[in-house]
Amino acid sequence: MKLVRIAMVAAAALMMGAAPALAELVFPSLSYRTGPYAPNGIPFADGYADYMTLINERDGGIGGVKIKLLECETGYNTEKGVECYESTKGEGALLYQPLSTGITYQLIPKGTADGIPIHSMGYGRTSAANGKVFSHVFNYPGTYWDAASIIVKHILDQEGGDLSGKTIALVYHNSAYGKEPIRTLEELAKKHGYKLTLLPVDHPGQEQKSTWLQIRRDRPDYVLLWGWGVMNQVAVQEAVNIRYPMDHFIGVWWSASEHDVLPAGAGADGYKAIAFHGVGKDFPIYDDLKTHVYDKGLAAGDGSNPGTVLYNRGMYAAILAVEAARKAQELSGAKDLTPAQMRDGMEALEIDAARMKELGIPDYGPEIKVTCENHGGPGLGAIQQWDANAKEWKLITDFIAADRPVVDELIMEDSMAYAKENNISMRCGT
Amino acid sequence: MFYREAGDFKTSYRSDQQTFPIKLDRVLFWSLIAFAFVVVPFLINDYWEKSILIPFLVWSMAALGLNILTGYCGQVSLGTGGFMAVGAYAAYKLMTAFPELNIVFVIILSGGVTAMVGVLFGLPSLRIKGFYLAVATLAAQFFLIWVFNKFPWFYNYSASGQITAPERTIFGIAVTGPSAPPWATYLLCLSLVFVFAWAARNLTRGRVGRSWMAIRDMDIAAEIIGVEPLKAKLSAFAVSSFYVGVAGAMYFTIWFGAVEPTEAFGINQSFRALFMVIIGGLGSIFGSFAGAAFLVLLPVLFKNVMVGQFGWPTDLATHIEIMLVGALIIFFLIVEPHGLARLWQIAKEKLRLWPFPH
Repeated sequence: MKLVRIAMVAAAALMMGAAPALAELVFPSLSYRTGPYAPNGIPFADGYADYMTLINERDGGIGGVKIKLLECETGYNTEKGVECYESTKGEGALLYQPLSTGITYQLIPKGTADGIPIHSMGYGRTSAANGKVFSHVFNYPGTYWDAASIIVKHILDQEGGDLSGKTIALVYHNSAYGKEPIRTLEELAKKHGYKLTLLPVDHPGQEQKSTWLQIRRDRPDYVLLWGWGVMNQVAVQEAVNIRYPMDHFIGVWWSASEHDVLPAGAGADGYKAIAFHGVGKDFPIYDDLKTHVYDKGLAAGDGSNPGTVLYNRGMYAAILAVEAARKAQELSGAKDLTPAQMRDGMEALEIDAARMKELGIPDYGPEIKVTCENHGGPGLGAIQQWDANAKEWKLITDFIAADRPVVDELIMEDSMAYAKENNISMRCGT
Repeated sequence: MFYREAGDFKTSYRSDQQTFPIKLDRVLFWSLIAFAFVVVPFLINDYWEKSILIPFLVWSMAALGLNILTGYCGQVSLGTGGFMAVGAYAAYKLMTAFPELNIVFVIILSGGVTAMVGVLFGLPSLRIKGFYLAVATLAAQFFLIWVFNKFPWFYNYSASGQITAPERTIFGIAVTGPSAPPWATYLLCLSLVFVFAWAARNLTRGRVGRSWMAIRDMDIAAEIIGVEPLKAKLSAFAVSSFYVGVAGAMYFTIWFGAVEPTEAFGINQSFRALFMVIIGGLGSIFGSFAGAAFLVLLPVLFKNVMVGQFGWPTDLATHIEIMLVGALIIFFLIVEPHGLARLWQIAKEKLRLWPFPH
């Protein structure tokens, strides 16, 4: 009897805990601060949390409604990610940004069925860019296939426009994430006449000796890196060890943080990567962050990450989420949003240069205009290069457009296959 | 006092040999089953389904399979993850090749495919034993995962190498895919586990199970009294792989709906299943369930208590959870090296004598 009573009290306490006392906008943050991917997960989660704190502290929330950030540890593990999704969705979650391609693949059908939008910013399923098929999934401002084609464009520039007879090796994380660019790179290989070598690296990616031995033997003209977590550091270090020319070694935007290149020291100088947003601390928003967040002792984590690439990216993810929520409030007229209104806001999101300046992030990223058909954003990327002496990244090109005809055709093909498999009818009036 | 057999007379061999000879045990068992089948489906929600009950049921199935091989037949296997992958990919190929085939048959056929693969990898067990066999099954683990990564036919040439389960229904109710109601997927998993656990219990009590145990206890002696090692070992591999394959198929179709081989079926999963069997109790059906509950439910419980109730930072909670689970494993193995099943048995014996222990 006693047990039953305790259980009832506990259940009642849980129910009361679940009911929101005040209107709040709930943003879950599926972060990973533990495990082999933590060096990348921590700065992203900190950036995300700090921006949300800034909005609460400086503006009193979005449109006067406070943000509630629900952090849940996934360890970059799909099983835990699903557990996090199921445990947070009941609390009125507006938007999921899981920062993991594997978890995104799980959430695409679940989120769509539950009516909660997913924003996989520059990761996840590339063909989700086709909004006609994927109603609740967004991956603006760019996709893996955009990234792959932009990198190839950059290589074309370096090689004077001709790649015939060249070899490009792709060192990738052997998972859905790492395999994403393969199809585009194969398509582009047909177009430009280079030879593509595929070198998978298994989770967690610490063991790459044989991979780099093969690179040392074959000497491909370029090496592309699609890694994450400790795999990046190991890859850069191994490239330095075999004295691979670093300016011919190009990473995707997830293999492009300070943590990845610092351990290799001076040897990493000249390593390149693609980026879809600005780097460094030289933006007015950092003044606000200092006043309202850091100086008040509200910074997330240990506070050592501001200004790093992934911190900036986490902040960018939060900025895009907050802007979409604003748009949603404007469209619906409601202050307290539902996931459906949030989705509409994301689909109508527009960020131009003037708005970025207002937000304190002038020229931070490309201008974004999401439409019903296009959930993938402009698909622009710039190349950044590591300067080991100054210990900082520098953008060395402007924002370059992806090879749209090739990428769009692939997106169409893949999303149509998905629509057919799952009996999805086209949206957007066509 | 309240757990006794006085007055519970057995008048036939059948009732003397039953699984639960004590009446209270029988009542408890059947009321638990009735509760699971009749009451839980009305209470279940998405969280309980996807994060607690289905993981527990799927892992129980895998642990049952491994327990048949390792606990009953004494053949150590580190290939559970690989065999689960075989079940999952077989289910995927069957689902996409024969869309009208009922999902129950898909899952059972996947088990059959896995059984065949298991027999193939069980062949070395006729010549090698113990640690050496463990290493041979480890090779199976890596080989199978490599195969599913390497040959695009297995994942129908999809761009990301992921396999995705299409929606399938039973009596018009979806049991796979995102729109499946929690009670439907739960009942399907529960029924499968119930039937197969029942079968496993009776298999291990019969002639086949006895031949496995004879091989486990001393293979040369078993051979001398007329147990054929070839038949006994290969049948253990076949039955065990069948269960593990069914678990893999359930894992993929009902639980996740989309998997990639390296993460979902990696070596970690093999170790997880092996730990479940060791912690739960080798050679015990109850032990398989206890071990699965221990390793699946405890981390979720710790997480909910530390983050949900105390509001601790998520990274701290995760680190403490890892340490706590590890410490508990060591604690239980020191207190009772034969696993939770043996602990349960001791508790029952104590209850029978209570309050007059001798």
